[in-house]
Amino acid sequence: MNVMDTRATSAMLYLDGVHVSFDGFHAINNLSLTLAPGEMRAIIGPNGAGKTTMMDIITGKTKPDEGTVLFDGVTDLTRLDETRIAELGIGRKFQKPTVFESQTVQDNLLLALNVDHSVKGTLFWRGSRAESERIDKVLETIRLTDARNRLAGSLSHGQKQWLEIGMLLAQDPKLLLVDEPVAGMTDVETHLTAELLKEINKTHTVMVVEHDMTFVRELGVKVTCLHEGTVLAEGTIDQVSSNDRVIEVYLGR
Amino acid sequence: MTPHMLTRSLDRGAAIFLMVVAACGILIPLSNLLLPTGSFLQVPTYLVALWGKYVCYAILALSIDLIWGYCGILSLGHGAFFALGGYAMGMYLMRQIGTRGVYGNPILPDFMVFLNWQKLPWYWYGFDMFWFAALMVLVVPGLLAFCFGWLAFRSRVTGVYLSIITQAMTYALLLAFFRNDFGFGGNNGLTDFKDILGFNVQAEGTRAALFALSCLALIFSFLICRSVVSSKLGKVLIAIRDAESRSRFLGYRVESYKLFVFTLSACMAGVAGALYVPQVGIINPSEFAPGNSIEAVIWVAVGGRGTLVGAALGAIVVNYAKTFFTSGVLAPYWLFMLGALFILVTLLLPKGIVGTFSAWRESTRERRPAATSASAAAEDGITEPNMAE
Repeated sequence: MNVMDTRATSAMLYLDGVHVSFDGFHAINNLSLTLAPGEMRAIIGPNGAGKTTMMDIITGKTKPDEGTVLFDGVTDLTRLDETRIAELGIGRKFQKPTVFESQTVQDNLLLALNVDHSVKGTLFWRGSRAESERIDKVLETIRLTDARNRLAGSLSHGQKQWLEIGMLLAQDPKLLLVDEPVAGMTDVETHLTAELLKEINKTHTVMVVEHDMTFVRELGVKVTCLHEGTVLAEGTIDQVSSNDRVIEVYLGR
Repeated sequence: MTPHMLTRSLDRGAAIFLMVVAACGILIPLSNLLLPTGSFLQVPTYLVALWGKYVCYAILALSIDLIWGYCGILSLGHGAFFALGGYAMGMYLMRQIGTRGVYGNPILPDFMVFLNWQKLPWYWYGFDMFWFAALMVLVVPGLLAFCFGWLAFRSRVTGVYLSIITQAMTYALLLAFFRNDFGFGGNNGLTDFKDILGFNVQAEGTRAALFALSCLALIFSFLICRSVVSSKLGKVLIAIRDAESRSRFLGYRVESYKLFVFTLSACMAGVAGALYVPQVGIINPSEFAPGNSIEAVIWVAVGGRGTLVGAALGAIVVNYAKTFFTSGVLAPYWLFMLGALFILVTLLLPKGIVGTFSAWRESTRERRPAATSASAAAEDGITEPNMAE
């Protein structure tokens, strides 16, 4: 196994000196980042800053050329595949809402529940009271109780975003990676999403990638600004947004 | 409310399907055997054999629907598993010929004597025993599918690329089985069968029994497919079909699911082939022809992908049409018609016959909510109080 004897770090997520290049393009360049257990972190940065690539590395979709990626202080994520990393307790919400459109809202959550995911386990699966109670609870949290029997494909864009967050809740991972959760949402929905993430953060470590500055400000958490695959600035939203280099990157020279 | 009714209507469709197959499986053989030849209701023996062939095709179609309709794996080489099952049965039937062959060799089938072979190749051992052959009908296609799938799914070969390599697989087998020194009768394949389990394969009674058995196998295959797709595993399969990488990020080992369902499907196709061979009396390499596999995919598309009942129905409808058209003046144009059928179905009925029918049923129900509740009540067996009394 890739588990070391002792924790190398107390961080929930630890990235050090990570490099990735695609055909000579350096998507991630000496990226180092630490997330403490229970923390919520907002990641901002212009297009092409490497935000999504970073999530791909953490979830095993992309293998880094070099660098260390440690989860929970002990597990080297660069050697594992997506399924194994998901089993370890890292959940991911995609930039474009990705739900199982031809299945009901309820079934989407059922599929996300962190129960036995083996072929045998699902073939002989019998629903339990505990499972349906958990689904009910998640439905309530994401305000989709009335839509539970609707097909996920028939939901509005905002509802799909929430359903995907709900699937993360059902998965109950230690670390949630949330990519642009409020893209395409109304102001009210954006506000409710911020509330929802703050609620989730009470029990989970969260990393949020977002462009919407009002939303990031509302979260009120530490912000990391990425640029050209490396950390440009880190601090409160006020510190980061008054940083000269950040302004330069966002507004152009 | 709607999904509940949907599942119920599907269940009713399934129940009707099973009853029709069971009724055919009982009544057609009885009519063939008990009624006097030439009577109006008597099903002639040639029709029993022909319909038996359709039933085998329906099982093959079900196996394709299980992987294509529910898991998005478009196999264009499923005919290979069908043919392998057929060859396993054919080998048993060859060994049963014994001394009744042209050369009268008690061990070696005629084609081996003809090729001057002195002894039986090792891979023909055991095929004189029915149980062993029956086991091989499942094991050979299953093992090939498992190895093929293990390599393909682990390397994450999907979509068109997977379809192309399944096609290449069946083509490679076609070429191999054509060779005389491969030991399966080469170009001519295996034929001139005499007995199956001691019964004459040509006899009316045997044909009727094989037909009934094929119907039974269709029922079993349908029940297996249905229990797979209605379990939680079925939901995972659909999830993989619709958003494969999402399923991985939820912690599902996609390749294991694909491997399971692909192997199961290949075993079913093998059984279909094994029942097919004694009814048509021959198995030769042309069964591996890529065209056959593509045709089988068309049956599923016509009947309705992802509906199970539709797949079986599509196989029967298209093959009936094939028999009808290829036996008349239109015979030279059948392939054009098949192509046109596929294009028309893709353009006009993308959900196939059964898929379009259930979508239409759903839409009429939504338009008439009052009638819906009344009919739902009637389905539940609730009799409304009769006002007149």
